[in-house]
Amino acid sequence: MSSVAISPARQTMRRMAQNTSVMFGGFLVLLVVLMALLAPYLGTRDPSGISPKDRNQPPGYETTVRDRDTGQRVTVEYRLGSDTLGRDVYSRVVYGARISLIVGVSVATIAIVIGMVIGVLAGYVRWLDGIIMRVMDGLMAIPAILLAIAVVSLFSAGLLSVIIAIVVPEVPRVVRLVRSIVLSIREEPYVEAAITAGTRTPTLLVRHVLPNTIAPLIVQGTFIVASAIIVEAILSFLGIGIPPEIPTWGNIMAEGRSVFQLYPHNILYPGIILAITVLAVNMLGDGLRDTLDPRFAKRV
Amino acid sequence: MDQKYVLEVSGLTVALPKNADRPNAVENISFTVAPGEIVCVVGESGSGKSVTASAVMGLLPDALRPKGGKTLLQGEDTLTAEKSRLRDLRGTRMAMIFQEPMTALNPVTRVGEQIAEVLEIHTSMTAAERRQRAIEIMEAVHLPDPEKMVDAFPHQLSGGQRQRIMIAMALVLDPALLIADEPTTALDVTTQAQILKLIKEMQERRGTGVLFITHDFGVVAEIADRIVVMQHGRIVEYGDRDDVLRRPKAPYTQMLMASVPSMTPPERSAKTGETAVEVKTLNKVYGKTSWLSKDRIVHAVQDVDLMVRKGETLGIVGESGSGKSTVARCIARLIDPTSGSISLHGTEIATISQSQLRPHRRKVQIVFQDPYRSLNPRRTIGQSLVEAPMNFGMAEAQALKIARDLMELVGLSGDALERYPHQFSGGQRQRICIARALAVEPEVLIADEAVSALDVSVQAQVLKLLDDIRVKYNLAMLFITHDLRVAAQICDRLIVMQKGVIVEHGPTRAVYQNPQHPYTRLLLDAAPGQGMTFGSEIAPAAAQGS
Repeated sequence: MSSVAISPARQTMRRMAQNTSVMFGGFLVLLVVLMALLAPYLGTRDPSGISPKDRNQPPGYETTVRDRDTGQRVTVEYRLGSDTLGRDVYSRVVYGARISLIVGVSVATIAIVIGMVIGVLAGYVRWLDGIIMRVMDGLMAIPAILLAIAVVSLFSAGLLSVIIAIVVPEVPRVVRLVRSIVLSIREEPYVEAAITAGTRTPTLLVRHVLPNTIAPLIVQGTFIVASAIIVEAILSFLGIGIPPEIPTWGNIMAEGRSVFQLYPHNILYPGIILAITVLAVNMLGDGLRDTLDPRFAKRV
Repeated sequence: MDQKYVLEVSGLTVALPKNADRPNAVENISFTVAPGEIVCVVGESGSGKSVTASAVMGLLPDALRPKGGKTLLQGEDTLTAEKSRLRDLRGTRMAMIFQEPMTALNPVTRVGEQIAEVLEIHTSMTAAERRQRAIEIMEAVHLPDPEKMVDAFPHQLSGGQRQRIMIAMALVLDPALLIADEPTTALDVTTQAQILKLIKEMQERRGTGVLFITHDFGVVAEIADRIVVMQHGRIVEYGDRDDVLRRPKAPYTQMLMASVPSMTPPERSAKTGETAVEVKTLNKVYGKTSWLSKDRIVHAVQDVDLMVRKGETLGIVGESGSGKSTVARCIARLIDPTSGSISLHGTEIATISQSQLRPHRRKVQIVFQDPYRSLNPRRTIGQSLVEAPMNFGMAEAQALKIARDLMELVGLSGDALERYPHQFSGGQRQRICIARALAVEPEVLIADEAVSALDVSVQAQVLKLLDDIRVKYNLAMLFITHDLRVAAQICDRLIVMQKGVIVEHGPTRAVYQNPQHPYTRLLLDAAPGQGMTFGSEIAPAAAQGS
């Protein structure tokens, strides 16, 4: 026993620093986040700027344009080529990271908050359990993409309706997870000890029950981020997501689809970035699960 | 094969990984097992007794590496044997039975097939012969109606029957050595007695050498020919049963023997304090009644009456499923009784709502069995200790001051309040739980198997602590246990429960000396190690207090 009090949280942080998937996945995620935040400073141009004469050019294509302010002719490079409207694919991919991350993170946050509240109610208020879980079962029975299409077509297409559309099918998964944790934790002797200590139910839940859901929810959250990024790309690809003038990885790929055999770069580059991002988030999630959930922790 | 010993362990040393609390799990272990002999390895948790067994079986986890020594099974070293050779040896020449008969059997395979599988791997018998052999061995371990039971699934059998299947599996190929790792720890005392008898019978009839691992000195006294006492990975005493048990030389063995509670209850005068809690015709029924299908209900507790006076300890003993914990949980209102009355100083609490109950919560506190799950791992000891007093309106500073005093009372330092539960041992955690229960000055303290998970030496200390605080605070204590030795030492009066019903009730000494009900007699007879005298007065404070 050491003389210093080491909190369980600090032990977990230590384990994380030693876990390769956490560090590697986290590093890649950080790169994507930085790319999204610093998009204007990474040599990009207006991602929606059209230039009909430079359309469908291969990666590395250079041309000269007259600068609007100075009237000078300057050389511009299309590092990843241009699309069918002559927009710079590189700039669109870099700016597209913003939409993907916004959608991923907000879907995960909203789904977890809603799911946690409903899950705790289902797990702790026994008579509500049956009602809530049957509704959740009903939601889970509808294919996520179809549900998303239905939600988007109810509202106007836009960022908010896409987020709502992806949140709805994710909520039941979070509810199931939280409910199962609450059901097992409420039987723990320390929870019963708190009951005999006269702790009121809301305090009991916040103090003794909910902290146990944090680690699994962080893990679940990363998987939701990954799946939301993909679903957003799918919706955009199908043309029912974010309006096409806004650069998202799904939109870029959707526009490249018709000319894919001639100009594969329109699909290839956003596809690669999308794959790497989702892989990185999933790696981070796997690593977090190993370090946060003692059942998966490797034994010495 | 004409070997003098079936197992000869010499100088066995197994290294622990770096950062462990000691360099070796076991160090320089040497002992022998002769044919037809039962050698008991006894020790407290962390003494290295299971590591020794695993090393012999070649089942050491990767993190533990044998550093030196030999484990000769009929002259063949299992430490250096190839994996394929070990596979051949296991089953044919050495076999193992485990603590948990529920998890050691495959739940989706019929038990007969599991026995036959051993034969399929190691012999060239046909399927019909294997089945026949499985039935024979099941008959040999006294399973009822083996012709039918051979096709049963594990969940259809009782715990004792499952352990018999495990023993049948282990013995079906007549191994020279049987390793039994705490085989009766998970069983009820009457079942334990039967299984011990069976192991002894098998060993006598077949001349099997048995290496028996246990923490229970009662079991040791019952079954051992020779005894190996281990502490911190070393052998501290090794010899014949009577030498070790009757004339222990090592101070550690002497201390362990003194810590085992005696089966003879000390003289206790009847307590005459006022009634703290009174329970009348308490019932708890699980299940649903339905007018469409047949009722499927279980009477967990049926018409229980009991009463505990201030300053008195009432014990409830019984085997698993007897309803003893259900009674305790009803009194603490962790579960709602189906009917009946629970009166705390005249306040009826059996039927009042949770919000009406809250002010009365502090009067009844519980200490649970599992010290590792009784404290919230995310909160410091201090936070856990002040929670209850602050719920009842005490200021934090004052609650902390009381918590500090209580920590001293239970034998821990006040600095411990800033630490987290994982930094304490099981016994220390149980002390913390007792301090937590005392923080609200309860009138009734329920100890639900509170010492059952503890090592015997720690158990003795915690029992003494419980008895001290009962006297000091004039507490009414309800002591739930399956351990008749513990009950004999700490309880003033005793209730014996079976299948939810009280079958016997009386002063502890009277119950032990003159049991009235056949079930009580059965329980008392089944307690292992009757012939040995163990222990000392573990509760001198009780003698003074009475």
